[in-house]
Amino acid sequence: MSFLQVNGLKARLKGVGHPLLRDVSLSVAAGEVRGLVGESGAGKSMIGKAVLGILPRAVEISGGEILLDGADLQRLSARERRVRIGASCALIPQDPLTALNPSRRIAPQITDRLVDILGWNRARALSRARDLLAEVHIPDPDRVLRAYPHELSGGMRQRILIASAFAAEPKLIVADEPTTALDVTVQKQVLKLIAEMQARHGTALLFVTHDLGVVSKVCDRLTVLYGGMVVEDTDVRSFFAGPAHAYSRALLAATPKYTDPDASLTPVPEAVIRAVQAEVAAADRRVAHG
Amino acid sequence: MVSSGADARGMIKRRAGVKLWLSAGWLAVVVLAALLAPWIAPKDPLMQDLFLGRMPPAWVAGAEPGYWLGTDSLGRDVFSRILHGARIALTVAVVAGGITCLVGATLGLMAGFLRGWVDVVISRLIDIWMAFPPVLFSILLVAVLGPGLHSIIIAIVVIDWTRFARVVRAEAMGQGAMDYVASAQVAGRGRLSTMLTEILPNVLPTIIVLLTLEMGIAVIVEAILSFVNLSISTDAPTWGGMIAEGRTSVHQAWWVLVFPLITLFLTVLAFSQLGEGLKDRFDPVLR
Repeated sequence: MSFLQVNGLKARLKGVGHPLLRDVSLSVAAGEVRGLVGESGAGKSMIGKAVLGILPRAVEISGGEILLDGADLQRLSARERRVRIGASCALIPQDPLTALNPSRRIAPQITDRLVDILGWNRARALSRARDLLAEVHIPDPDRVLRAYPHELSGGMRQRILIASAFAAEPKLIVADEPTTALDVTVQKQVLKLIAEMQARHGTALLFVTHDLGVVSKVCDRLTVLYGGMVVEDTDVRSFFAGPAHAYSRALLAATPKYTDPDASLTPVPEAVIRAVQAEVAAADRRVAHG
Repeated sequence: MVSSGADARGMIKRRAGVKLWLSAGWLAVVVLAALLAPWIAPKDPLMQDLFLGRMPPAWVAGAEPGYWLGTDSLGRDVFSRILHGARIALTVAVVAGGITCLVGATLGLMAGFLRGWVDVVISRLIDIWMAFPPVLFSILLVAVLGPGLHSIIIAIVVIDWTRFARVVRAEAMGQGAMDYVASAQVAGRGRLSTMLTEILPNVLPTIIVLLTLEMGIAVIVEAILSFVNLSISTDAPTWGGMIAEGRTSVHQAWWVLVFPLITLFLTVLAFSQLGEGLKDRFDPVLR
């Protein structure tokens, strides 16, 4: 049994009814790293947010189920859902600059969840926070714990967010484009750090990204999305050996090659996009006709 | 000349310091005056002496010794009345400003963070409220409630809470969209707790500025109500009442109008500058 099991999840804009997720199914086994890739607007972040119960107000889940450790989140009360998600999940957000509260010091921002979720006292939580910062290779953890976010660099803040996500030993972490807002040199370090922490703690990871290079480095399995629909669900090795779906193949071909910086970029061919859009439309028609 | 970020930060800090100390200094003087008025006032503020009407201030020819800032048309000591007037002005500033802040900021925070129907109800209420002309509204309110300190305070709270609610709501909405709020919610924090630990500290600098501004405004509103004779009682020493009295005799005795006016002006200015200075001090990025 997978730790996270999403079955036929549908989401739409409230009021307008515009579909955002069309019948999405995926699973993440304990300790597994699942990549979630697609273009902007493909719904990859939306899935992560649905799992964590932080969908924007304007979005509603209109069908399907999200099973977290066997329990259907939609059937729980808001309070039970919050407690269950809090106890077993964490988020590594996209933008480290807005993910730490600017008017609070670092220490309480890490220890809060240890106190809330695990019921530890402040002193124990603080010593754990110090160990965690050392674990993500932050020099002088005591100074950093006393600092305000604006006193630290973006890379440093992302390390803190990673430490904080792993703090309460969650079973699943949703990493929502954790390297997108960082510059390239820092990206690589942060990626390595996430992979290292994931391996050490054995945490399952739902890794949302648009960068297939990142997927090849950290993921075990991956889901390719287009227009809120699953295009392909496969393991990373066979995906890079040769994707099954035409859109996935085009997406892979469009990945820039860092080994040849002068090569021109390959766009996803128009015909492939039209074909995949037709698939989405066909799926919608099937829903409309029952 | 190129100035580095640290220099610019230092400049802001120094300027904030001067502003802060000057305004805090003046307010400290007003607070002391209010607290010690019965002991330091040279005369009884209510004592009339018709033989000593409209005596000029001490440095003008024809002044009566002991009446430093002159007397009004009933022979009451202007300086003593200003000192006693500070008690009412400050009471109104602190109590009315504080309650207005509490009510307005709480409603604004709830509307901006909880959104949904709470926001709809509060926002509509603000819209309706703001359609009333404030001065007429306050005169009407005090006329209905009857004159007295408590009705002035109620009038100020009832009129001005929207000032806080609107601004705090907008700020809270902005903060609510931040990732750290999402993180707190993933970690299982309740709505109320998230509001208090994640949102409130970030809107606090704004609330402080609004509060000090509101204290100044409260002093002005009290003066306006005294001016139209709807404040405490007609002979109680209030700055607004003194200004209203002084207006009628400004050609014969300018000091009756000018001294309370200057005191009022400096106090309101000091409140707003104190807010600005405190905000710079509270802002973690500038600190």
